[in-house]
Amino acid sequence: MTTIPTLPPASTSDARAGSHVAAQRQRAGRKRPLFDPPIVRRAIRDAFVKLDPRRMVRNPVMFVVLIGSAYTTLVFIRDLLGGRSDWGFTLQLALWLWFTVVFANFAEAMAEGRGKAQADTLRKSRTQTTAKRLFDKSAGRIDRARFEEVNAEQLRRGDLVLCLPGDVIPGDGEVIEGVASVDESAITGESAPVIRESGGDRSAVTGGTKVLSDYIVVKITANPGETFLDRMIALVEGASRQKTPNEIALTILLSGLTIVFLFAVATLQPFAVYSGSPTTIPILIALLVCLIPTTIGGLLSAIGIAGMDRMIQQNVIAMSGRAVEAAGDVNTLLLDKTGTITLGNRQASDFLPVSGVEAELLADRAQLASLADETPEGRSIVVLAKTKFGIRAREVGGEHAGHRDVTFIPFSASTRMSGVDTGDGYQVRKGAGDAVLAWVRQAGGHTPADIDSAVRRVALEGGTPLLVAEKGNSHGPRVLGVVYLKDAVKGGIRERFDRLRAMGIRTVMITGDNPLTAAAIAKEAGVDDFLAEAKPEDKMALIQREQAGGRLVAMTGDGTNDAPALAQADVGVAMNTGTQAAKEAGNLIDLDSNPTKLIEVVEIGKQLLMTRGSLTTFSIANDVAKYFAIIPAIFVATYPVLQTLNIMRLHSPQSAILASVIFNALIIIALIPLALRGVTYRPAPAAVILRRNLFVYGLGGLIVPFAGIKLIDMLLVFSHLAS
Amino acid sequence: MTVNGWLQILFFCVSVLVVAKPLGLYLVRVYNGTYRWLAPLERVIYRMCGVDAQEDQHWTRYAGAMLLFSAASMLLTYVVLRLQRMLPLNPQHLPAVVARQAFETSASFTTNTNWQSYVGETTMSYFSQMSQLAFHNFISAAVGMAVAVAFVRGIARRSAGRLGNFWVDLTRGTLYILLPFSLVVALIFVQQGVIQNIRPYLEITTLEGAKQTIAMGPVASQEAIKQLGTNGGGFFNANAAHPFENPTPWSNFWSMLTIFMIPSALTYLLGRMVKNQKHGWAVWAAMFVLFFGGVWMAYWAEARGNPIHAARGIDVAGAVAGHSAGNMEGKEVRFGIANSALYATVTTDASCGAVNAMHDSFTPLGGLVPLVNIQLGEVVFGGVGAGLYGMLVMVVLTVFIAGLMVGRTPEYLGKKIQAREVQVAMLYILVFPAAILTMTAISVLLPAGLKGLNNAGPHGLSEILYAFTSTAGNNGSAFAGLTGTTYYYNTMLGVNTLIGRFAMMVPMLALAGFLAEKKSVPESAGTFPVTTPLFVALLVSVIIVVSALTFFPALSLSPVVEHLLMNSGKLF
Repeated sequence: MTTIPTLPPASTSDARAGSHVAAQRQRAGRKRPLFDPPIVRRAIRDAFVKLDPRRMVRNPVMFVVLIGSAYTTLVFIRDLLGGRSDWGFTLQLALWLWFTVVFANFAEAMAEGRGKAQADTLRKSRTQTTAKRLFDKSAGRIDRARFEEVNAEQLRRGDLVLCLPGDVIPGDGEVIEGVASVDESAITGESAPVIRESGGDRSAVTGGTKVLSDYIVVKITANPGETFLDRMIALVEGASRQKTPNEIALTILLSGLTIVFLFAVATLQPFAVYSGSPTTIPILIALLVCLIPTTIGGLLSAIGIAGMDRMIQQNVIAMSGRAVEAAGDVNTLLLDKTGTITLGNRQASDFLPVSGVEAELLADRAQLASLADETPEGRSIVVLAKTKFGIRAREVGGEHAGHRDVTFIPFSASTRMSGVDTGDGYQVRKGAGDAVLAWVRQAGGHTPADIDSAVRRVALEGGTPLLVAEKGNSHGPRVLGVVYLKDAVKGGIRERFDRLRAMGIRTVMITGDNPLTAAAIAKEAGVDDFLAEAKPEDKMALIQREQAGGRLVAMTGDGTNDAPALAQADVGVAMNTGTQAAKEAGNLIDLDSNPTKLIEVVEIGKQLLMTRGSLTTFSIANDVAKYFAIIPAIFVATYPVLQTLNIMRLHSPQSAILASVIFNALIIIALIPLALRGVTYRPAPAAVILRRNLFVYGLGGLIVPFAGIKLIDMLLVFSHLAS
Repeated sequence: MTVNGWLQILFFCVSVLVVAKPLGLYLVRVYNGTYRWLAPLERVIYRMCGVDAQEDQHWTRYAGAMLLFSAASMLLTYVVLRLQRMLPLNPQHLPAVVARQAFETSASFTTNTNWQSYVGETTMSYFSQMSQLAFHNFISAAVGMAVAVAFVRGIARRSAGRLGNFWVDLTRGTLYILLPFSLVVALIFVQQGVIQNIRPYLEITTLEGAKQTIAMGPVASQEAIKQLGTNGGGFFNANAAHPFENPTPWSNFWSMLTIFMIPSALTYLLGRMVKNQKHGWAVWAAMFVLFFGGVWMAYWAEARGNPIHAARGIDVAGAVAGHSAGNMEGKEVRFGIANSALYATVTTDASCGAVNAMHDSFTPLGGLVPLVNIQLGEVVFGGVGAGLYGMLVMVVLTVFIAGLMVGRTPEYLGKKIQAREVQVAMLYILVFPAAILTMTAISVLLPAGLKGLNNAGPHGLSEILYAFTSTAGNNGSAFAGLTGTTYYYNTMLGVNTLIGRFAMMVPMLALAGFLAEKKSVPESAGTFPVTTPLFVALLVSVIIVVSALTFFPALSLSPVVEHLLMNSGKLF
């Protein structure tokens, strides 16, 4: 309990606002405009390549449109050769049906384009590298002088390579000797170098990154073609993309609806024959294409790819689309306290003097003891004394409060104290409770009666008590009081948890602290629950317990002992700085290694599902208007009274049918930005989100086509494209 | 439309609401096995049939038992109808029912459809009526309820796909619900003047001296279960328009209430069993909204009458000053417009199919209401059991489409709706329009299909469409005007009833089984709400868009165009 706080590892210290802003800026720099010209050019070409029926058959809705387009084209050719007068109409119909398919392919190609562009960038860092392969494979005695230069392609799992400053690390591996600063910007986009060293949780290195200083010996852990970079390229490119469970379910629904409408349209011809006005097959195809859910059918895969792409823009690599989807479903978030909820370094928040000592005196002595202490805790004591009592920071080595020859006594593991000695025999110490008390007692002082209650109070509130004592002046050895070190909760984290709660997600804080401290921090941060004195197996048990209750669990982790829990969790976000084992166990990897990002990951998952649902609703709602455009158009010749159903007052049967088909095709193009960006997402309870999305996409889907079809009809008449 | 008419309709609506909870509670206790006041009898039945009442059946076994039982009882009825001549209780010495009609009738009664191409009083002996048709009225209703309860269990439990015991559910539904309730209802009918005897038909000399045969029979008992089980097969050809079947406005009211009673109570059972009573009421509300819309439109259209008559000044003045009598063609004077429109809506919403007025004589829009009601999938209260499970499939579909919009894999009462569930739900949704549209399309192209038609033009199309809609929907009401006693129609319609029942029940039980295999996700603020008015509105919209819009092209060539033509002065 009462130990001097040690520095947390550099990787988890996340400066409050600074790094967030930096991350934002860095992301903004990487972001391309939605319609980036090179991507658009490639997408246009791909849209036609994708017309291959073998590819199209994977999307049943658009496959039906493809067949319809082909058939209508044949009818057009027959009409043209046969000299039929209405070939112009059939031609326009055929063209717009083809456009419908091409537009859908274009949407998918656009979504893929961004990933492909990124993959190209990544490929550049995979350019031919040579490796210094060591002859001796046994890790015991490594002879760094004996190596051969080989092509990185020849490396196999288990090989040892030497990386010197300036070398590109030839493959994924584990540092088994040495420590080096490594530039990982090729993978993470983050330009600040990171430290990689043997042993511990910072031993994993990624192929394609560059050693900047010192040297490391790396044991290769992945064969060429299976490296992280290879996998990343394949993922962002979408080469190994498979339909996700929800996408499959939605495809089944859309196919089912397509079959229902196929029956509705196919049986219309017999009814038309009965009514004495058989219609033409191209017109029935037009009706069918308008009724089947082409809007969502055409945009479905683009939405999925764009969701993965949004993850990449957040610097998170999803190992599968399934993981992105699961993120939206998460019910429980397990968050490590240090680095996620708290800043990871404790800050002084109060001075609690023992009776008979002024608070100001305690502050003054505590500041004196901390002057040369460069730890965040030490600095925070100096700052607090200044803000609270106006005590100015003084230079070490000069003259302070009447003392000369000030020497700084650094913290050591054996004394567990730090402080200051002055030339005239005055000493001040701060440190862990038992250490400081022992120091005072040894000098002949005594333990003040009220120190125990002060220490307990601080512990109860989730803080760390730091004792301050002095000796060598007129007062004799005595304890001055307690500095209240608080585990500072990250700014704005409480609001984020409130947002998660609004979405129905429970947050559980995991900490090694005792239950009292944990409870206090949990209360301050606003998490729903906490797991104190947690061991890795406790974490695992908690995940299994949550899952047994039907909940989906998300967590972050970086250490090897996190790996089993990461694998067990439904969404496991591994930190890029983490060990190889952790990265292999997780289904998402955060290149920024920012554990708080789990929240963004959840939001992206939700946005992906919302976009699918909203466009499905929009697509189905569209049908109402299309019925009112096409049905009267087909039969008005037989039953002139059906003109009553032509509530849009469309000009003629031909213009009505064309306008519907054109609207149906153009709406796909119009919705590409929405499909790629995702619907606007604001955290709110499901009922509120439903009301808003239903209003926009349900009601909007009902009304928009009425206006759109009418407008296109007017344009067609105006431009004499339909009579 | 008159105030009096509306008051009667509202009185009926309130009655349907009031019975839901008490009857629902009773149903819950019966199916949970807590009310077993005939336990000794129950045990005897199980022992006689060799049923292990403790067995919790997997959905495949449950479906298998249901199919086996239905097939066996259908075969039995076929045999009895064919051998009618040799069997007792046949005072009129009626001959055997012809093969095609015996097939159609046994299929139709097994499937709770009760489509009748025969004239009851001149085709069926008392023995056939009582031992077979009334028997099916009971057990087809009990099967429907059993399957609905099994579906609800699938939602409520997590049991590796086990849904309960078909034989036990069937026995309990018959023993504790249908038998006692129909006994009470039969007594009410007798009190109102419905006949109940097994005497030979009466030969009467009328005042003009003509001879008339008055058909007799055990009508009240048959009538009670016909309504309670939403069967609808009338004892007489004129069905509930016949004064011996439905003599007074009160017997008419009780008829309608008994039709809606169990379907209304089953929504309460749903809420109780899934431990979310508000959801039960939300489902009730969705049904009610669709029902009320239908009543309003039918009443409006019928009360408005035929504009051609009004234009020529041949309109009959109504009983209330300032109101025209409306369209009284094909209606009984003792029921009038309001109760005929209400009855037509109730009987088609609930897959009952009993009629107290001729739907064929309704105005085009008035006749559109019964047609669309059935095309909605018989989910507006619906047949006993069938209505609830049909509605729940629509709920699953609604939850899937709209549930995505809240950013989660859609879940219905904690059960995730995934590929397998969507697959069987879509199969269920698909079978219905596919059967109706395909069979209607074939019939309008074939000479055999057109031969039975009494009316030309759009009205003729309405008649054929209605026949296939009614049989696939297991409703059994007829638009009339179509001669259904041909080889072609007997076969097609008989097959259609079987498709509409079993090709839908099996995927539905599969859906229930799949749901029962799933873990239940606890409810949170992120859960798609299934209890709010917004959900009700959404459910209603999905039903209309998915079910009714499929039929829009066909409907626009039949009742819709007929209505527009009538307004322009043309009739068929």
